[in-house]
This record gives sequence, structure tokens and C-alpha cells, in this order.
Amino acid sequence: MTLLLNNVTKKFGDFTAVDKLDLTVQEGTMYGFLGANGAGKTTTFRMVLGLLTPNEGTITWNGKTISYATSPEIGYLPEERGLYPKMKVEDQLVFLGELRGMKKADAKRSIDQWLERFEVPQYKTKRVEELSKGNQQKIQVIAALMHNPKLLILDEPFSGLDPVNVEMLKSAILDFRNNGATIVFSSHRMDHVEELCEQLSIIHRGKQIVRGSLRDVKRSFGRQNVRIKSDHDLTVLEAIDGVQGFTKSIEGGVFQIEDERTAEKLLAAALQLGPIRHFEIEEPSLQEIFIAKVGKEHA
Amino acid sequence: MRDFWIIFKQAFVTKAKAKSFTITTAIMVAAIFIFANIGSIIDSVKNITGDDKTANELNVIDNSGVLFPLLKAEIEAADETLSLVDSKSTEAELENEVKEGAIDSFVTLDLNEANTIQAKYMTKSVIDFDFPRQIQEALQSVQTQMNAQQLSLTGEQVQSLFAPIQFEQKNISASAKSEEELMQAGVLVYVLMFVIYMSVIMYSSMIAMEVATEKSSRVMEILISSVSPVKHMFAKVFGIGTLGILQIIIYGLAGYIAFTTAKAKETGGFLDMLDLSNMNVSTLVYAVVFFLLGYFLYATLAALLGSLVSRTEDVQQMILPMSLLIVAAFLIAMAGLGNPELGFLKYASYFPFFTPLVMFLRVGMLNLPLWEPLVSIGIMIVTIFLLGWFGARVYRGGVLMYGPSRSLKDIKKAVQLGKE
Repeated sequence: MTLLLNNVTKKFGDFTAVDKLDLTVQEGTMYGFLGANGAGKTTTFRMVLGLLTPNEGTITWNGKTISYATSPEIGYLPEERGLYPKMKVEDQLVFLGELRGMKKADAKRSIDQWLERFEVPQYKTKRVEELSKGNQQKIQVIAALMHNPKLLILDEPFSGLDPVNVEMLKSAILDFRNNGATIVFSSHRMDHVEELCEQLSIIHRGKQIVRGSLRDVKRSFGRQNVRIKSDHDLTVLEAIDGVQGFTKSIEGGVFQIEDERTAEKLLAAALQLGPIRHFEIEEPSLQEIFIAKVGKEHA
Repeated sequence: MRDFWIIFKQAFVTKAKAKSFTITTAIMVAAIFIFANIGSIIDSVKNITGDDKTANELNVIDNSGVLFPLLKAEIEAADETLSLVDSKSTEAELENEVKEGAIDSFVTLDLNEANTIQAKYMTKSVIDFDFPRQIQEALQSVQTQMNAQQLSLTGEQVQSLFAPIQFEQKNISASAKSEEELMQAGVLVYVLMFVIYMSVIMYSSMIAMEVATEKSSRVMEILISSVSPVKHMFAKVFGIGTLGILQIIIYGLAGYIAFTTAKAKETGGFLDMLDLSNMNVSTLVYAVVFFLLGYFLYATLAALLGSLVSRTEDVQQMILPMSLLIVAAFLIAMAGLGNPELGFLKYASYFPFFTPLVMFLRVGMLNLPLWEPLVSIGIMIVTIFLLGWFGARVYRGGVLMYGPSRSLKDIKKAVQLGKE
């Protein structure tokens, strides 16, 4: 069950929302989809769901085009959360579950389990508008997961949740992955993507500027950080060949370097200055990569 | 098809279970019962508070010296609650009393040389029309008696002078109904027209509101990811439509029960014309047909317009052109109620947005050849299909469109987006 986007382009008039996007999401993996606001994430998701048709390229799920016939296999959590404010939680979830092809009794059973898992069984008979925002979001997540979908599309699943609930949701999503579901999610939170996703893409203004596995993306970024803690002034080390940047801190500083050979030179030079308390070669964080690629204004 | 029924059921059940629906229905039913029994309610209120006519006194200054007993006899024969007092006060004194509010009114009577009565009625009350007329009529008949006496006419001779002639009106136009039929049809058509107008305007704006609510609460995004927008739109239209039919059936039953039970008592006037026993069946059938067609026409339009806005606050503004269409149809039909053969009604009745009211008026009031309503029904059905087809295209894009959209120009944008 692979989700495959092949050279997908979407234009609205003269505006290119998504430009030649390639994506492969294997069964049982999670795909991180990063991009600033307005980068084309939601448009891509809408195309995957069949709400919009790409101008060029193909989107297939399990070798077939996605249509309303496949809707029971898909779970979708839209970025803009929304439920019927006046409907009771259970009625609402039964309705949405039925639309995804569930039988009423199955839907009720699944709702009970999920409410229990998210520790909100008391809201079953409450109207959605009476719930807090975070709890409304849990209900929405249940709506996306209750029919046990094989393909999960989660637009910003963690936004608006407190840390405890983020962990709860993470474990639920991981369960889905371990059961073989294919998952695509977008996020602004790089730490979540780093933690969860095997593969990722960064898109900027519709263009896919980074693509690949987390390790490859970090390697190919071609930049590493060296963190040194020392009582001496490290500013002089900035002159060493291969050092691209230096940020001074109270305890020492962080150097951006090209490759590991530079790190060795740095270590030797730092030791000449005097004793050091800490030396570490850090991989670049996704945050840094994102900022470097997309630009600081979108961080 | 399963999805269709799920959405249909949701649209219908959540609305039907809502408190607002129960309450409005209950209030309307209560209003129907009150209206049907208005006569007996007024009577019983009168019994409790007492009739304000009891023990009325009228002061009379009789300058002629002969008129008072004649008037007294005449009036007290007609209305025993009224007693006449021969006042010995002067006109100025009584005028003061009226001003001070001690008495309501008084009459000054004179006879001139030609033996004609000259009466002056003085009152402070502005809205008193009945009472002076009663006195005037009584005085008129006193005058007649006096004149008859003078001419030494017998009672029979006087009667023959006032014998009414026979006057019958008959319309021999092929399309016209008899006057009695027309009266009855007019009332029935008026009532049904009002029901059609009210329900079409109410349920179609309900649909626009529903669609806009789903958009503004963003639940639409989930809905259309599991069911096609077109199916969603039609399920909504049918769901709310069924709700409307249910509500009208409730009102109809309430009306029937209310008026038949009230019939036992005395009703009279307007209600007598709504005689259920000889109601014209074909008019009722046309009412049902035109209600359904009118509803679907306007509901499809409303769904289309509702899909264009992103906030419920903008709904009223967006459906304003549609509301104006219904109001225009209603005004045209109202103009035709007095004269259903007006020339422009004929043309208006074929314009699909006016047909439900105007053609219904014509078919209810005139004896139209069958093809006329059938052609207009045909035109309406074709329009509904066209609008449904077009509406579905707009809807598909409209539901994905967010932002400050509140003008009809957005239809083009929505169609564009729907294609993509």
C-alpha cells in the first residue's frame, strides 16, 4: 500500500501552488511534509484526497487513483479543525464514521475505545461547543482515526495540544504505523518530524527543495556544528580553514564547519589555547536546515 | 447512495431534534388554534371583563320637544343596553361635561321649518364610529316615519318605497369562476400562497445557513473528503425539504383540527370562506406541486449561494438577491389576487422563479386550460435541473473557497476552482 505522487503540478490560474512534486510513502512508514504557511501543503493534501485534480502528474494509492470509493481507507485531519458545534460528540462521530463506511454499532464501539484512550469518556454526550479547544481537537483526531484507515493524512496534527496530549497522540499514530498504515503529516514542529519520520520533504513556494530520508537530508546538508565549552576566548579559532561561522556564547561557542576534518583542526587549535570542558560534533537540526533552505523570515 | 442517506438523515434528524424546531412548530400550532378560536376567545374575555356597552346612557337635548320620545323608542327597540336621558341642561353645560370626561357624548336635536331633523352629536372620543351611526340611522327612520305620517302613507306603502331590487352579477368569461367560487378560491389561494412564500423563504435560507455553517466550522473539509460535494448538496436539499414537508403537514393537520372543532361554535366572516368541506381539491394538489417545485428551485439556489460564503454572517447578504426574487413573486401574486386576469401576470407566471406563486394564483383563481400550468411546471423542472447542474459545479469549488467572498462575482471563481 504505497502512496505515490509523481511529478505533480497544480496551478490556480497563473499561480503555481505545487510544482513538480515527487513523493513516495511506503507502507508502515511516516512521511514528514514540511513547509512554511502557504507553501502548498494543504493543496497537496487536497489533491491526494481527490478534492482537487492536478494539472500534471499522477497520484496513486496502492496503484489506483484515489476516489470516493477509497474514502473508507483514508483518515484525514484537516489543518483547520472543524466539527458541528451544536452536535453531541457521539452523534457527530457516528455520523462521520458512517460516512467513512462504518456500521453504526462498529462506530459506537470504536468511539468508546478512542474516548477511553484519550481519557475523555465523559464528553461523549456533550455538545462540541462546550468542549475546550484541545478537547475538540481530540474529538477531531478520533474522527480521523476511528475507522482504522490504511492511509492517514494529518495536517498539523500536534498544533494546539499540550505536551501530555502530544505524547498521547504520538503513541496513537505510532500504533497505526506499526500496524502497517501509511502516514503523511505536515508540521511546523521540526522536533516532531525528526522524532517520527523516516522520510521527509521540505517544500517552499510549491517547490520541493529537500527530499529524502532524515539521515540523507542531514548528511547532504554539508554543514555540521561543533560545540566547544572553554574558559578561553575562542574567537581566534574562526580564522581556521573550513570554519563557516561562529556564534559566541557564555560558556564558549558553536562553530559551523564544512566537514569532519575541520573538526579535528578545531579540536587541536582549541586545546592549544588551554583546557576545554566540552567538545561535541553536532548534526545539524532539521530546524537549521529548514531555516537555511526556506529562509529566516518563515522560521 | 448510502452516503446520500447518511447526510440526508443527519440534515433531517439534527434539525428535527433541535429545540428551536420544536419550539417554533409548537408556537405556530398554538397560533393556529388561537386564530381558529379567536371568536370564542374574545367572547370569553368579554364575559370576564364585562361588556363595555352595558348600561350606556346618552344625554339628549331636545329643542323641538317632539323628537325625544320617538328617538328613544326607536333606539331602545334596537339596543336595549342603551338608555336615553332627556337632559334639561344647556348645550354649553353638557359640552363642559364632555370635556371634563363626566359623560362620553351627547346629542342636540332640532326641527327646522321644513320639518327636517337637525342633529348634532358631540364627543371627545376619536375612534367612535359605530355609535353615532347607530343614532343617525335611528334618526333617519324617525324622519321617515314623520314624513310618512305627513303624507299619510300606510306602513305598506312606506315599505314598498324601500323594497330592494334584485341584482345578480355573472361573469361569462371562459376562464372566470363564479363570484362565490372566486371569493372562496381567493381566500384559499391567499392562504396557500402565503404558506408557499413563507416556507420557501424560510427553508431555503435555512439551507444556505446550514451550508455556510458547515463551511465556517470547517467540518465541510471532512465531509467532502468522504462524500462528493454534489451528493452532499442534494442530500442537504432533500433533507431540509423533508423537514419542511413534515412541518407543513403538522401545520396542516393542526389547522384542519383547529378549524373543524371551532366550526361547532360560531365563527363567521373570513373563516366561513375557508370552508373545508367544499375545498377545491385541484387547488390543493397544485399547492403541493408548486410548493415542492418552488422549494427545490430556491433551495438549490440557496445551497449554491451558501457555498460561496465562509462566514455565517455573510449569508443574509449573499442570499439577498434570491430573497428579492421571492418577494417580487409574492408582490406580483398579491397584485393579481384582486384581478387575476391582469396581462402581465400571464407572462410572469412562466418565469420559473415566479411560477410557484403567480401560476398558482392563476390556476387557483381562473379556469385555465390544463396546458398552461403543465408548461410552467415543465419550465420549472428544466430550470431546477439546470440550476442543480450548475449549482453542483459552483458548490464543488465554493466549499473549498475561503476568504472574504460575499459577492456574486465569486460564482465564476468557484466554478473555476470546481473544475480543477
